[in-house]
This record gives sequence, structure tokens and C-alpha cells, in this order.
Amino acid sequence: MLHPIPVLKESPSQTAGPYVHIGMTPNFCGITGVIAEDTGKTMLGEGYNGPRIALRGRVIDGSGAPVSDAVLEIWQADAEGNFPQQGDSPPLFTGWGRQPTQEDGSFLFDTVKPGRVKAPDGTLMAPHISVWIVARGVNIGLQTRVYFDDEAEANAADYVLKKIMDLRRRATLVAKRDDADGTLAYHFDIRLQGEGETVFFDI
Amino acid sequence: MSGIILPGDDGVLFQRDRDWHPPAATPGYKSSTFRSPQHSLIALGPTKSEMTGPTFGHEPIGALDNDLIRNFTKDGNEAIGQRMIVYGQVLDENARAVPNTLVEFWQANAGGRYRHKKEGYLAALDPNFGGFGRAITDQNGFYSFRTIKPGAYPWPNTGNDWRPAHIHFSVFGHAFAQRLITQMYFEGDPMIWQCPIVGTIPDKSAIDQLIARLDRMNTTPMDALAYRFDIVLRGRRSTMFENKLEGN
Repeated sequence: MLHPIPVLKESPSQTAGPYVHIGMTPNFCGITGVIAEDTGKTMLGEGYNGPRIALRGRVIDGSGAPVSDAVLEIWQADAEGNFPQQGDSPPLFTGWGRQPTQEDGSFLFDTVKPGRVKAPDGTLMAPHISVWIVARGVNIGLQTRVYFDDEAEANAADYVLKKIMDLRRRATLVAKRDDADGTLAYHFDIRLQGEGETVFFDI
Repeated sequence: MSGIILPGDDGVLFQRDRDWHPPAATPGYKSSTFRSPQHSLIALGPTKSEMTGPTFGHEPIGALDNDLIRNFTKDGNEAIGQRMIVYGQVLDENARAVPNTLVEFWQANAGGRYRHKKEGYLAALDPNFGGFGRAITDQNGFYSFRTIKPGAYPWPNTGNDWRPAHIHFSVFGHAFAQRLITQMYFEGDPMIWQCPIVGTIPDKSAIDQLIARLDRMNTTPMDALAYRFDIVLRGRRSTMFENKLEGN
């Protein structure tokens, strides 16, 4: 059996630093006129009429303080479980979003609830959103997933959640449904360290 | 072609070498103290959710997006500082070019001052410099941009820490699991080896991979120096799946 080995080493990661917004959300930090809108700010194209969700939450550090200078990116399938493909025109749903956290550590994505995607073993994974977090003090981007608490049956059989042996920790990846104000929203807090620490993956 | 599968065609990614990257907790860099997970990462062979990723073919890239000397100014003036071209190739670990991928970069001005509301350094802003740019790699994986050399700047870590001159990079690749943020340093800068953030990387040869080389051949005479900075993203291997036992 031939097992190819890498010939180059991956460039080592470095922290995004406190001024990450200059490069990733320039309009957010007042650098206007270079690009019209911050990349990834809008996930739903003009004319999108389908059901949408709000994904919101906070990023908290190991001392309980809000992480006010993080940038989050998400990548997900559409409602049918398909990932957007390469195309020349802006798709109705991009599958990818980027948002900075606010002073209180909060973030908000306007997106759709993803459909189910096939796992390598052929089973269907539970609906989920992949998340990547960078910030000052984070030396290499943290990767996690958002699942949904109204998908308990699918979550129980999920290919990835089953890899987390400590059942208590699985709960850190499950967003809580909240439609109190009439719009469908899910709340997902990310705890970088300590009690209730979010599960992060080596992908 | 008798069934030869080249690495990189359909396989999962090579596992990330986390001894080569900085670990999460690095006491010399104080900000990592409360921002580093204490639990081990859960190993997850990438699924389709991580092996796919966003594309930016539909994103309008402006003519000046990769010209930091001119892309922020409102009146045709140019940024103050040492003019230079930064260019390089985005490759994967199999040394294959990564075409059509988005590269974003940001930096301080010539005096080490960032255009950011939380920045309190007394060095002045340059009214003609924003510090943000982006480019899409060409079919051979090359990107380039024009900018001015950033200055060093002090930061509150211990009593007297200064960052070496650097440019931040964000690179996408073609899979969400290839996503990378790093920093580029400049050949010969003695401050590289004193910096606690550089020092989060345990291996000296890994640090060396982040040092751009002066490239006289691509310098524009009487105009701009050139630095070359290649970036390596994770590569794919072909794998032996349960349903593909003949795979390599």
C-alpha cells in the first residue's frame, strides 16, 4: 500500500490579534470605501424567501469575561443538506458567514437551518453548523459545531457527537431554541475555557 | 493511466501537526491564559462539512483591493512609507498550487499604528493608509499586493514588548478545515526572535517559514522593493475507507 506523505509543512498559525477586524471586517472598524460590505456579513441573497433562523450567543473566556474582539465564521449546508458550489453569480444562500463579536461578547448570524449531510460511514449526520473562532489570545483557530436541541433523535445518533465520550460535554454543542419573540432563534454560547467548556475539534 | 490515484484528488486532509503549530496555552503570551481550552481537542476525521468550503468567484474584487498604497485614500494621494510588493504562492502540503482562493491581509502603517478604535499607540495615523487588502490567487496559486512596510509597535504584554514588523494573513483554501490565519515577518528583523507571539511557535524552522525573503528580482526599480511569502495549507491524502479497501 502506498501512503503518500506530505512534502511541505503547513504554515504555522498565529493569533489573529486584537485588530483582526481591519482585515476581516474592515467596515465594522471604520475602514470604509475599500470594499462595499464586509465579506460574509450577508448569507442570504436578494430574493431569498425561505425559512430563516437567527443563530446568536456569546463567547466567554475562562474568567467568565466576554470575548469582545473575536471573529466567528460559520459554514453549513442549505435546508436540503447541500453545500453551495462554485458559481459566478451570487447564490441565494452562500453557506458561509462571518461576524465579529460585540463588546458584550455577543454575535448574531441570519441564516437558515441546515438539512442533514451524509457522514463518511453513510449515516446522516444531525443538522449542524461548523464554526471557526479566532481572536487575540487564540493561537490557532478553534473549530466546533452547533447542533439544535429540537433534533434530539438525530443528535443521539450523530456520527460526530458520538465521538465525544463524556456525555455531559455533548450538551455544550447543542443550541437552545428560543422563539419567544416570534422569530425562530437558537442560542449558542461558546465557553473557551473552564466550567462548561465547549467541545473543540481537531479536524 | 492504470488506476493511479494521485495524492490530493479525493482524500481527506493530512492530519494537522499540532506540534508544529503553536499550542493553545502559551504563558509568555498572556492573552492566551484565559482563552485556551483545557480539555483535549476531540479528534474528528473531517466529514463533508469540513472538506467543503466557501468560494468567492462571485465576490467583486476591486481594482485597488490589492493596493494598500492607494485603496484607502480619497484624493489620489499615496500612503507614506517604504513601498514594497508582497507576493507569493499558496500551496498545499503536496506542493500543489491552490488556485482561486481568497487571501486577506492587514497591517499597521509605517509608524506601527493600526487604524482601529481600540488602538491607543501615540504614533500618528496616516490619512492615506487604511491597512486592509485582499486578492484571489491566480490559476498557479499566486497572489500579490502593493503596500508600505509596517512599523514595529509596542503592546502591553510584559513591561516592554514590541511586535516585529509584520503583516497578518487570512487564507481560505478549498476546505473549511484548511482555514488559516498567520503572520508574515521580514527577513533579518532581530525583533522576530524576541517576540512572545512568534515564540508561541515551538520549532525554529516553523518560525522560519513565516519570514518573507527580500526578492531583488521582482523589485520594481526606482519604485518598490519586493518580498516573497509562500503559504502552505493542509494537503489531501487519498485514504482507505471501509468502502474503498483498494485505496492507497
